[in-house]
Amino acid sequence: MALLAGGCSRSAGRADFVFVNGAEPETLDPHIVTGQPEIRIAESLFEGLTSRDGAGHIVPGIAERWEISPDGRTYTFHLRDAIWSNGDPLTSADFLASWQRALDPATASGYADFYSYIVNAEAYNAGTLKDFSQVGVTAPDARTLKVTLNYPTPFFLDICAFSTLAPVHLASLRRWGNDWLKPGKLVSDGPYTLAAWRINDRVVLQKNPRYWNAAHVGFNRIDALTLQSPATAFNLFYSGVVDLTMDKSMVPAFFIDVLRTKPYYHAHTILGTYFYRFNVTRKPFDDPRVRRALALAIDKKRIVERITRAGEEPAGSLTPPGFTGYEAPPGLGYDPEKARALLAEAGYPGGKGFPSASILYSATGAQNAQIATEIQAIWRENLGIEVGLRAQEWKVYLNSLAGLDYDMGQSSWVGDYPDPNTFLDCFVTGRGNNRTGWSSPAYDGLLADARREADPVRRMAILRQAEALLVDQAAPVIPLYYYVGVSLYHDGQLGGFQASPLDEHRLADLYWIERPKGRGTP
Amino acid sequence: MIPFILRRILFALPVLFLVATLSFLLMRLAPGSPFTKERAIPAAILRQLEVRYNLNGSLPQQYGGYLRDLAHGDLGLSTQYRNRTVNEIIGQTLPVSLTVGAAAFAIALGVGIWAGTYAAVRHNRAGDRAAMTGALLGISLPVFVIAPLAILLFGVGLRWVPVAGWGTPRQLILPALCLGLPFAAAVARLMRTSLLEVLGQDFIRTARAKGQTEGKIVYRHALRVALLPVVSYAGPLAANLLTGSIVIETIFALPGIGPFFVNSVLNKDVFMVGGIVLLYSTLLIFFNLVVDVLYAVLDRRVRIS
Repeated sequence: MALLAGGCSRSAGRADFVFVNGAEPETLDPHIVTGQPEIRIAESLFEGLTSRDGAGHIVPGIAERWEISPDGRTYTFHLRDAIWSNGDPLTSADFLASWQRALDPATASGYADFYSYIVNAEAYNAGTLKDFSQVGVTAPDARTLKVTLNYPTPFFLDICAFSTLAPVHLASLRRWGNDWLKPGKLVSDGPYTLAAWRINDRVVLQKNPRYWNAAHVGFNRIDALTLQSPATAFNLFYSGVVDLTMDKSMVPAFFIDVLRTKPYYHAHTILGTYFYRFNVTRKPFDDPRVRRALALAIDKKRIVERITRAGEEPAGSLTPPGFTGYEAPPGLGYDPEKARALLAEAGYPGGKGFPSASILYSATGAQNAQIATEIQAIWRENLGIEVGLRAQEWKVYLNSLAGLDYDMGQSSWVGDYPDPNTFLDCFVTGRGNNRTGWSSPAYDGLLADARREADPVRRMAILRQAEALLVDQAAPVIPLYYYVGVSLYHDGQLGGFQASPLDEHRLADLYWIERPKGRGTP
Repeated sequence: MIPFILRRILFALPVLFLVATLSFLLMRLAPGSPFTKERAIPAAILRQLEVRYNLNGSLPQQYGGYLRDLAHGDLGLSTQYRNRTVNEIIGQTLPVSLTVGAAAFAIALGVGIWAGTYAAVRHNRAGDRAAMTGALLGISLPVFVIAPLAILLFGVGLRWVPVAGWGTPRQLILPALCLGLPFAAAVARLMRTSLLEVLGQDFIRTARAKGQTEGKIVYRHALRVALLPVVSYAGPLAANLLTGSIVIETIFALPGIGPFFVNSVLNKDVFMVGGIVLLYSTLLIFFNLVVDVLYAVLDRRVRIS
């Protein structure tokens, strides 16, 4: 039993709040994190200039206020009198040095393109510009940060809330090297500090008494559990060991019809879309008529009602509903009659002579296979064509998509910030996330126009026009359904948990309305 | 005996070298990059990452760098868990798997040898049939069926044990049982067959003729010899159980090393795969050596030279 005692320190008793965080965090470095389990923890440790409230709206963070120039290109942030968890003052110089570190090619930040809105940031990140003083950020004094953007970027304050733009304590990076994220060494500026981090077990967060808004942090100690199995997550929630689970992937799929009737089941639409891509460099998918025909032939209701079953809505547009001020085009809809006509027009009447092709999907996640099989059947019934199925393990599948080594492929995208640009920018010519080979000068031009447009109403109209081109005419993608976020918690006990479009829930905003009793220890 | 052991250890070194080489080369030749994510990353960033992990340059260069690190006892950095070394991940997770594995191993051997002996002594009687039916069930029912049912019954329903997690002795009970009992079933069948065969041999007839009690015959004379097949089976079993089980550790949310056997391959976490394969091979070689030594101790007819 000596090993058991050494494996886990339990003397502290149960944390105030225990939730299922999902996969083991790959890192907690705010400039490196890309996945939800990591971002959730990193944003509790590190706070940037701005932050988000429970509903996803921007609120002041380390910057207590800011001014935006009339042309929308210059942001002046005024920092509050904040300190790091070790007592060091947090100044604009910290932001400057941290942003330089995030953009440094050697840091290899996967989300460094969030900085690309800032003048010269992209060049510095690519290594072509060596002089950081030419990047559009300056610190006129210790409490002021001035940022100059390439274009008026209406969602820039949302970008500032991202952990990629959060400050890190560079003195501890220099001191500890690769170990700076270890408990006891990590210095943070957010609502929490890191008390423990055990692989495949949990991350333990302890309230940071030096956080500027510490008075409004609900829990003293939070345990974020690493779990792979949704059935285990549910067992832990059901037996009162866990207070909250918050990913649909953490809800047992076979059980969802029962769970949906329970009072502790909460679902809301989030800014995510599940869709199919075409490789437009391969025949017959180079013909937009074929792509439109295949899209029109899919009865998306069958997919959400038979397979996903968590209340998802069939998708017409690529952008999900919920972007303020934006009305997406309706998309192609379901019209098998028209689909057959288009297919005949393209030279495949009744599906005759349709070349052999296959649907590529990731073997991770059982529903990908189910959806591919369903679509295979739908196309057989409605168009008389027979497509194959091709499953690949996750990393190999990503490689095939990026290398255009596929015919049709399963895909998904979840918005990074609440603006349709987060979806539409992916399909600009040559973007890393395009992965279809599709290129349209008209589309690229519309997105460039939108970037330069300072008037928000006109800008949204341009984006709508671009999306209509994408989903109604060219159709290199078939939107299938919009994601929902599913969480399990007891209403009336847990407060501060809201339906957030980005499915991000700040841990610091949660609190007990009524403290649950007799809870087990995980 | 000592020269024998030393010789075996010497032979193990080229085997481990071969294992490290094969796992590294296969991982690097397999499709998919350790750094690919759903969101595309720029080519410049990808190059930086490859440089940091010494995965740039030609394959022989990469392999040479890996061997140099290995020679210094450094298993490398995980490409998936970017601030962790492979040594650290193994160091943190292996003790958990060792604890569960050791308990399961004790259950497998203890229950298995007892049940097999019980059945053999009651050959073709009700006790034999009951024990062998139990063993058949234990072998046929996969652990991913047994474990959730056991959790549902003893954890969620009766609340005797926690449903999952790690840290208290009570959280060890179900995982160790679910992991150990199917192997106990296999051991029981092996033990029964072996003991029945031994009980029919000449030296047992001699012992009976001498008028020794049945208990003494079984436990002093027959069991020692009958244990030999179980010992052969137990060597690889120990290596298998002590390195954790992805199914058990995932279902019970144990922070062990088991899931890394599968996930690090899926993640193309090349150094993690190398480290874990080396660990497993070392244990396998070690326990096979233990088996050979035990053979000599148990059976006087076996001489190690």
